[in-house]
Amino acid sequence: MADQSQQKAVQTTGHAWDGDLQEFNNPLPRWWLWTFYATVVFAIVYWILYPAWPVGKGYTKGLATTTFESADGKEVTTHWNTRAEFIRDMQSGEEALKQRAYLVKVGSASYEQVLNDPDMMAFAQSMGRVLFADNCAACHGLGGTPAQIGSYPNLRDDAWLWGGSIERIEQTIRKGRLGYMPPFGKVLSEAQIDALANYVLGLSGNPVDKAKAAEGDKLFHSDQAGCYACHTNSAKGMYAQGSANLTDQVWTVADVPDATDIKDKLARVKAVIRNGIERHMPAWEGRLSDEEIKLLTVYVHSLGGGQ
Amino acid sequence: MPEAEEPQLYAPRQSIFPRSVKGRFRRLKWGLLALAYGVYFLLPWLRWHRESGPDQAVLFDLVGRKFYLFDLVVYPQDIFWLAGLLMIFAYLLFFVTGIAGRVFCGYFCFQTLWTDVFIFMERLIQGERPARIRLSKQPWNLAKIVKVGLTHLLWLLVAFATGLTFVLYWGNAPDLVVEFFTGKAPFAAYATAAFLTATTYVMAGIAREQVCTYMCPYARFQSAMFDRDTLIVSYDEARGEGKKGRAKLGRDLKTEEQREAAGVGDCIDCGYCVQVCPTGIDIRNGLQIQCISCALCVDACDTIMDSLGWERGLVAYSSQREEEGGEKARLLRPKVLGYAAVLVVAVSLLAWSVGHQAPFDLTVSQVRQPIFTLLSDGRIENAYEVKVNNKTNHSLGLAFSLEGLPGGELDMGRFRHVVLRSGQRLRLSARIKARPKVFDGKTHPVTIVATPDPGAKLPPLKHETVFYVPAS
Repeated sequence: MADQSQQKAVQTTGHAWDGDLQEFNNPLPRWWLWTFYATVVFAIVYWILYPAWPVGKGYTKGLATTTFESADGKEVTTHWNTRAEFIRDMQSGEEALKQRAYLVKVGSASYEQVLNDPDMMAFAQSMGRVLFADNCAACHGLGGTPAQIGSYPNLRDDAWLWGGSIERIEQTIRKGRLGYMPPFGKVLSEAQIDALANYVLGLSGNPVDKAKAAEGDKLFHSDQAGCYACHTNSAKGMYAQGSANLTDQVWTVADVPDATDIKDKLARVKAVIRNGIERHMPAWEGRLSDEEIKLLTVYVHSLGGGQ
Repeated sequence: MPEAEEPQLYAPRQSIFPRSVKGRFRRLKWGLLALAYGVYFLLPWLRWHRESGPDQAVLFDLVGRKFYLFDLVVYPQDIFWLAGLLMIFAYLLFFVTGIAGRVFCGYFCFQTLWTDVFIFMERLIQGERPARIRLSKQPWNLAKIVKVGLTHLLWLLVAFATGLTFVLYWGNAPDLVVEFFTGKAPFAAYATAAFLTATTYVMAGIAREQVCTYMCPYARFQSAMFDRDTLIVSYDEARGEGKKGRAKLGRDLKTEEQREAAGVGDCIDCGYCVQVCPTGIDIRNGLQIQCISCALCVDACDTIMDSLGWERGLVAYSSQREEEGGEKARLLRPKVLGYAAVLVVAVSLLAWSVGHQAPFDLTVSQVRQPIFTLLSDGRIENAYEVKVNNKTNHSLGLAFSLEGLPGGELDMGRFRHVVLRSGQRLRLSARIKARPKVFDGKTHPVTIVATPDPGAKLPPLKHETVFYVPAS
């Protein structure tokens, strides 16, 4: 009975190998073939609408179009392509419009309002992160910490060369900064530089030669070296000059934390005294909008805890 | 093997005109269908009181990223519940299939339910099986156009009601219906309704048994869950065929005694079981892949046996073991027990998890770039991103504190204490500062605690993270 029903149900292709080896014929339903034809029709419609076939050095561009606004405010209509779709989405997409509306809201709020509102702060954090990555990270590092001490200031720590208040940070971003310390290699003798290095390292609690440090102290406050003029009498630096605080544990130019021993530390500090430093931060006013500068100010302020 | 026929490349579609039948399984199926349709079509209209949020009992709010299920609100963070639910459905299917075969296919699958309704409408307009066969064969005339056209129109109406109802689960139903018919609903609503109208119409009206036979993967992998004890709809071959096979009710073959004397079985070959089959198979040929276990052939045969005054059960639920040896199918088998054990564990875990849904969420992740910062006073600072989410119906005040790092200081700027609206999510930045005793280059466990205001009467929530201390 089972054999009979199988004979009824399953046809063979009629081929026979080795006398008795046959293959079943289980035909597809015919509509399955139609779904294949449907994919062919779909492909043809796709070719007509969208970029498809390479022709010479170009390609068939298709009939579908995308309209967006170019950088100079003109309406541009091109053949459909994902780059234009992206530009259009960023200009008039639902989420882009929502983001822009919120940007206007944050832009018209005062700094005090933004800093006290957790929602606006969260927005400043996420959009500030993107702006920072686009404009600042090349020097300051993606997280606000440069790859190495000495190249650019670390924005994560609590030491601020030019001041960490909202007003000072905004000024730094808008107008840029020029950090300069003259080279003393030709002004001072090697022994004097050694004495100064001992004094400076002693300020932040490093084990140094006391006699040399005392000599360095005198030199620091003398008019021959004149260090105090910028670093101040207390050696704590001043924001107006962007001069570093030499008494704390943060090093912004000489990579002291990375040194192996006190000799290495001295060598690194001496190199800075000998060669001086010149660091330049460009002005961003005009390149970034007021809203963007505001977001970046809040973001940088929050990175190091602000002042 | 006969080689007479030319092998075919494509199988032609056999038209199926199922005859209607009455009986206990048909009644059960109508009952289940009424229940399923009642739930599906009415649920979006059920109102539900909530302190905050919409007043719809079941609402999938994609824009707000919240699923409302009666008193439960499901947030995106609860996505693993969906995984649990899918697992439970899968094991429930395996469990039920292991015991009772394709009950899902025959009684609960929406393909079966909607096809049942579409066949019912077809019969309502075009009549019983013979009338429908006649109509399909007759040339096109006005009567045929009206009848067939009306059938398709009814199908489209039900298909559209199905598609529209699905859309209503994703928005406030009373508003959405008005918006839908005044052209103000979102594009996605029209697209979804149109797509589901089309698929319902095609699948339940036109494709029907082709879906079960050729499209559905479940029909194909069911054999992995079947064994000798699984319930199947089957034909009692020994009784039906007798010694000389089945025979129609002839002149001398009217009573069971006459038939036994003549050596023929109880099957009178009336063909009713074949005519009612929605997939067009003959159950007397044994278990076939097309069989969805709808049991309508059981009802058909029972009807005939009742009318002859013979015992029911010539076509009945049975198992391979019963067919072959006459033994009863065993229920407690290792496979079934295994499925049941997994099912119990999964259901308990999900129930526990849903029952213990935290009233608010706290997650803390360490900022890795940079992994630490040296501060001017020589302390080490690690930064963190803190996310909180208020799932209660009220606004909730949270105070943050630090545990597990002696001498450590938690700095959250101005947000050491925040107040969250109901449903509000917040991302805050936190910094932990500490003066390590040893610079060991290792991570140390720390815990950030969010303590609700005393008025909320909620327990504090803790999240463990790590504090990295660089090597000296």
